Amino acid sequence: MAAHLKKRVYEEFTKVVQQQHEEIATKKLRLTKPSKSAALHIDLCKATSPADALQYLLQFARKPVEAESVEGVVRILLEHYYKENDASVRLKIASLLGLLSKTAGFSPDCIMDDAINTLQNEKSHQVLAQLLDTLLAIGTKLPENPAVQARLIDVACKHLTDTSHGVRNKCLQLLGNLGSLEKNVAKDAEGLATKDVQKIIGDYFVDQDPRVRTAAIKAMLQLHERGLKLHQTIYNQACKLLSDDYEQVRSAAVQLIWVLSQLYPESIVPIPSSNEEIRLVDDAFGKICHMVSDGSWVVRVQAAKLLGSMGQVSSHFLEQTLDKKLMSDLRRKRTAHERAKELYSSGEFSSGRKWGDDAPKEEIDTGAVNLIESGACGAFVHGLEDEMYEVRIAAVEALCMLAQSSPSFAEKCLDFLVDMFNDEIEEVRLQSIHTMRKISNNITLREDQLDTVLAVLEDSSRDIREALHELLCYTNVSTKEGIHLALVELLKNLAKYPTDRESIWKCLKFLGGRHPTLVLPLVPDLLSTHPFFDTAEPDMDDPAYIAVLVLIFNAAETCPTMPALFSDHTFRHYAYLRDSLSHLVPALRLPGRKLPSSPVSPSITPHEDPSQQFLQQSLERVYNLQHLDPQGTQELLQFTIRDLQRLGELQSDLAGVADFSATYLRCQLLLIKALQEKLWNMAAPLYIKQSDMASAAAKQIMEETYKMEFMYSGVESRQVVIIHHMRLQAKALQLIVTARTTKGMEPLFGMCEKFLQEVDLFQRCFITELPHLQDSFVDKLLDLMPRLVTSKPSEVVKILQATLRQSTFLHLPLPEQIHRASATIIEPAGESDNPLRFTSGLVVALDVDATLEHVQDPQSIVKVQVLYPDGQAQIIHPKPSDFRNPGPGRHRLITQVYLSHGAWTEPCQIEVRLLLAYDSSTRISRPACLDSTEALPLVENSIEGTIPFSK
Amino acid sequence: MPEIKVTPLGAGQDVGRSCILVSIAGKNVMLDCGMHMGYNDDRRFPDFSYITQNGRLTDFLDCVIISHFHLDHCGALPYFSEMVGYDGPIYMTHPTKAICPILLEDYRKITVDKKGETNFFTSQMIKDCMKKVVAVHLHQTVQVDDELEIKAYYAGHVLGAAMFQIKVGSESAVYTGDYNMTPDRHLGAAWIDKCRPNLLITESTYATTIRDSKRCRERDFLKKVHETVERGGKVLIPVFALGRAQELCILLETFWERMNLKAPIYFSTGLTEKANHYYKLFITWTNQKIRKTFVQRNMFEFKHIKAFDRAFADNPGPMVVFATPGMLHAGQSLQIFRKWAGNEKNMVIMPGYCVQGTVGHKILSGQRKLEMEGRQILEVKMQVEYMSFSAHADAKGIMQLVRQAEPDNVLLVHGEAKKMEFLKQKIEQEFHVNCYMPANGETVTLLTHPNIPVGISLGLLKREMALGLLPDAKKPKLMHGTLIMKDNNFRLVSSEQALKELGLAEHQLRFTCRVHIHDTRKEQETVLRVYSHLKSVLKAHSVQHLPDGSVMVESILIQATAHSEDPGTKVLLVSWTYQDEELGSYLTSLLKKGLPQAPS
Repeated sequence: MAAHLKKRVYEEFTKVVQQQHEEIATKKLRLTKPSKSAALHIDLCKATSPADALQYLLQFARKPVEAESVEGVVRILLEHYYKENDASVRLKIASLLGLLSKTAGFSPDCIMDDAINTLQNEKSHQVLAQLLDTLLAIGTKLPENPAVQARLIDVACKHLTDTSHGVRNKCLQLLGNLGSLEKNVAKDAEGLATKDVQKIIGDYFVDQDPRVRTAAIKAMLQLHERGLKLHQTIYNQACKLLSDDYEQVRSAAVQLIWVLSQLYPESIVPIPSSNEEIRLVDDAFGKICHMVSDGSWVVRVQAAKLLGSMGQVSSHFLEQTLDKKLMSDLRRKRTAHERAKELYSSGEFSSGRKWGDDAPKEEIDTGAVNLIESGACGAFVHGLEDEMYEVRIAAVEALCMLAQSSPSFAEKCLDFLVDMFNDEIEEVRLQSIHTMRKISNNITLREDQLDTVLAVLEDSSRDIREALHELLCYTNVSTKEGIHLALVELLKNLAKYPTDRESIWKCLKFLGGRHPTLVLPLVPDLLSTHPFFDTAEPDMDDPAYIAVLVLIFNAAETCPTMPALFSDHTFRHYAYLRDSLSHLVPALRLPGRKLPSSPVSPSITPHEDPSQQFLQQSLERVYNLQHLDPQGTQELLQFTIRDLQRLGELQSDLAGVADFSATYLRCQLLLIKALQEKLWNMAAPLYIKQSDMASAAAKQIMEETYKMEFMYSGVESRQVVIIHHMRLQAKALQLIVTARTTKGMEPLFGMCEKFLQEVDLFQRCFITELPHLQDSFVDKLLDLMPRLVTSKPSEVVKILQATLRQSTFLHLPLPEQIHRASATIIEPAGESDNPLRFTSGLVVALDVDATLEHVQDPQSIVKVQVLYPDGQAQIIHPKPSDFRNPGPGRHRLITQVYLSHGAWTEPCQIEVRLLLAYDSSTRISRPACLDSTEALPLVENSIEGTIPFSK
Repeated sequence: MPEIKVTPLGAGQDVGRSCILVSIAGKNVMLDCGMHMGYNDDRRFPDFSYITQNGRLTDFLDCVIISHFHLDHCGALPYFSEMVGYDGPIYMTHPTKAICPILLEDYRKITVDKKGETNFFTSQMIKDCMKKVVAVHLHQTVQVDDELEIKAYYAGHVLGAAMFQIKVGSESAVYTGDYNMTPDRHLGAAWIDKCRPNLLITESTYATTIRDSKRCRERDFLKKVHETVERGGKVLIPVFALGRAQELCILLETFWERMNLKAPIYFSTGLTEKANHYYKLFITWTNQKIRKTFVQRNMFEFKHIKAFDRAFADNPGPMVVFATPGMLHAGQSLQIFRKWAGNEKNMVIMPGYCVQGTVGHKILSGQRKLEMEGRQILEVKMQVEYMSFSAHADAKGIMQLVRQAEPDNVLLVHGEAKKMEFLKQKIEQEFHVNCYMPANGETVTLLTHPNIPVGISLGLLKREMALGLLPDAKKPKLMHGTLIMKDNNFRLVSSEQALKELGLAEHQLRFTCRVHIHDTRKEQETVLRVYSHLKSVLKAHSVQHLPDGSVMVESILIQATAHSEDPGTKVLLVSWTYQDEELGSYLTSLLKKGLPQAPS
């Protein structure tokens, strides 16, 4: 208790200081100012050489300065600044001024005059630049003050004529950051100023120093970012900058042109050397396309990236980017793509066997051939063939964005994307597969394209293969041969990489579902049925056969004529698969059978509102009936929990909410049950086992609350407070049970104190939420707090017991979107027949493959646990690169776990689990009161992996 | 007038024996020293007697530059340096220096040992010749002598190929050698900065071709090989040992790796092993992918490609074999071809052009029955494919390079005349620069306008800058100073300093001008009126009224006297020094306009 009191006293002390803070502020200022700045002053005076002074300043810069004493320090620094002869020291002082003016809570307008004054007499260019930087810091701190801004702009304009590029750079930066935005200010002077800023900056586009030119463009971009509308006249200037000698200038100019093209897409600009005019956005597009073949790869990346976001460009310009007119000896030649297309449309397969198959055909008019078109010609062809993979990736991304907005372009760029599947860098391949998936709504693959796509299925990289499966899920195929080809290639893939099983099945599910009419004619072939003879029944465990069935059954879902083609064993297999792989095989209406899944199938139709209503109603019911007799309450809770669980199973989209509320109700139920126990009525403390039930309940509630807090995504602070409240109740229960069952007072002291700390913490953390907790346990407890602090543990326990029993049941508001985190381990599968063998003492690597759903930031919280039969447990942290993100809210963990064990003779089971590590202190950002390293592993999902091993 | 002279001794409107003489600002440089593959007589080497009739080549040439190791660019080098006699420096890049002697030795062997020619250079000559070679790095500026400097740029094409910039003072020329603007599996794309040379000498092999995307080509190639191997057939790829062979190897190697294929790939031994060794060494000359991954694995350390043995050709099962030479005219590739030709499951892929008369050319043109030596008839059942893998820039690539370098003139070499004509016209039309295409022995002379650097003292510069308004980079600016030409350099100094340096006394030069003004008032009053008028007009200058009755504007003196004949007319005497010419003439013109009517 004494220790506890000490703590309280200490806390109160600190509180008092904070409250009185404002009253004694002036006094404190006076106290700190001399101490801090005086020390600096003395140090600086002591300094004999510039190097010394620099040292002192550096030391000074390492320590933070409070907002109140900043001004004093600034004065001291300025004083030394005027006296100092050495430029480097002045430079450091200037930079310190900038740093100091950034101090939170300090308003730097008081030092602005001084800073501007120092500018006047400064000779060193470096110091000048630094001073301007300081002014920039001051200016950005005072965005609301137009007078200050106008003044700073004046200063900047004055120094723009400086001979040093550094100073000019900073001036332009200042103009870019502070150039006034108020266009609507009616005053003439203001209006002029706004016009000026752009013109002034524009004048420096032709500065002799490339760094200044870059800074000028950047300043212009900065103006744009701050919402100032750039003038269209800048466009011509910017176009000239595209042929600058320096890459940073060109790179910035490309950006500026892009910005302007977004601002004035529909303006008309003339084409030089002709009378024609085109839209500005088209012109800009052409110019940026031109930059895709720039000499510097930085510019190329920049240009390729920006092309993607120019959606307003006309379609014929867009299509030119994929066009590179081929010729050979001045005769027009068709591209390989065109040839492929022609062969396809003429219904012939490529012979490809003749030399000169690609022989040029028509003569070209030499005058008409323009080798470097000023337009957008072939920009993407160049970009996709670039030497640097950064450029290629940027080009693929741009293609993706443009194709998403234009279906006709998507159709055209398909050939090029398919070609990228053979890039030498895996990243590029992957990116192009993803791109293709994103645009797949707009396209239908031709057979020859499909052929190339499918060839990649043999890639040894798992990522590529899976991305490709994902792609195939969304692809439209035009012919039945295409489907057949895809199936054959997928089966080949399955044979080569059996681990792809799941992914391939899923892929075939969608492929079948998308193309029922194309699958139909293939069915007899695929099932190898014969009109007259019964064929042998295929092996049901063959993954390839399952794959075929998955394709057929999914196609049959929307094609009612298909089941007629099935043979008897197919129906049997259907029943089996429908049970074992229900996520892959849909419910079919089979002829001559009752719909086996009739209770399930109606639920497919979206009845969102009724089920939502049901959920709401059942919860309402629970919350409203607070004063029922205990027996009734318990029953009602039990029923509701059951209902909710069932609802969660039926309605997958409500599963999160239902589970969440069911868990909460279960906690409540446990609490009520625990409080109903007879033993509470006895006055004397019990030292027997009878209270097991209560303490177990307390424990379980704690566990459940942790699950509620950390296993669901989308939990808001309103819920968190209720969860914590429940936990607090559980803790109180625990305390009471302990008090009743343990002898002696000693351990109770500590527990009481800890509990009161928790209450205090709760109050501090959720102070804003407290008004919502009327009449609750905490509410009452806080009222009694003064009494509790001073009473003995036995008293405390008694009060707690009473409060706990009186307190009401809190209403849990439901969040908008809540999902339960879950994980499924795909590999290792549970019932493996062949055990892993390894020599004792050495390690064996076990591949673990799992999908995680609704886990936020899995890289840091998901762990793998290995349980050995002798009770040894090992927690393994997977590498961040082992996690892939195939879709929103979904993650995939593919990692290797190293197993090792000492002597063991018999085959035995090893359990592999996935854990979700949590840290209760992070979410509510508690200070270090609670041991913040508390990281209790929580079993999230456990699937047994049987890996028997022996010596 | 300074000029650049260019004379191609080879490769002028022709492909083969590249050899171009350039004389630039008095320096003579020979670019490449190649042989012609089409000839076996004297025409095979360039005519070096053109350079100098009598007298040593070393005295005439300042240096020789070799762009890359192909024989049509370096084949005549030992003959030139050892037999004709040249002792000056020869510049080439490190990989070229390493690989060049191997190819020269091979060439020598074929000519001397196989064809039995005499009077050809010997192995020792090749060695001696290589001793004269100075190796250069990319982007390294090498000072050949005090004035001449050269610099190498990356050119793609083959390992170690480079473009060279030759610079004397402010005049410069760039020679591209052979180059490739699209990257391939093992080499990057050619690159040059905006060096704005006076002359760009570029190859123009594909002057009239725009090539298809390389990806289709690669994909086709891989698909064909893959299909054949899956069928259990054998694939024969006849190649030349260096260059394309490595690209195709890498292509197949990575494909095998990606697709987990198991069929063996063989490479016929000999020359190639040595060459592969150099490819492994010169990783920095390869493309991004190889450069980035060689720490984990050097791409040229092939995992799937093994050395070929004669006996392997009869092994059952699928395989891929690279065999030399490329045109199926002799050697190992022809032997294997004869073995495999009868099976329709097999395939031969010709990755390059075949000369007329070779077996390669015959089968490509569709001949199915070949007459071999000994009157044997060979029936070709195997599939024959043609794939073009060429590493020259196409028309678009050439234009791109011209755009990058921004030359004043372009000169085309290493191509056929008819095709050059087209490209020449395009370049002139597109870039508005002169374009030349001389034939062998024809000299092109270009006038240049070199910049002449003039030194200026900082003090003078600052003083003059301070006078004017804002400095504007794009506009010429007027300056006052004295140009001193002394010891072959130019300096611009202030006139005081010039006087001091020359030990001359300064002469005052004054202009005086009389302006007649009709004014009936007294002289003093006139002066006052002039004073007040000038004061109001020239606000930026100091205008003083001196006690002796004259007006001073800056240092210009104005006095008024009455006219001797007509008292109604006053004569204003304006006098200024030469330095104040601008202001003085302005003042007179101002006064000539007359004074404003006095407020009377």
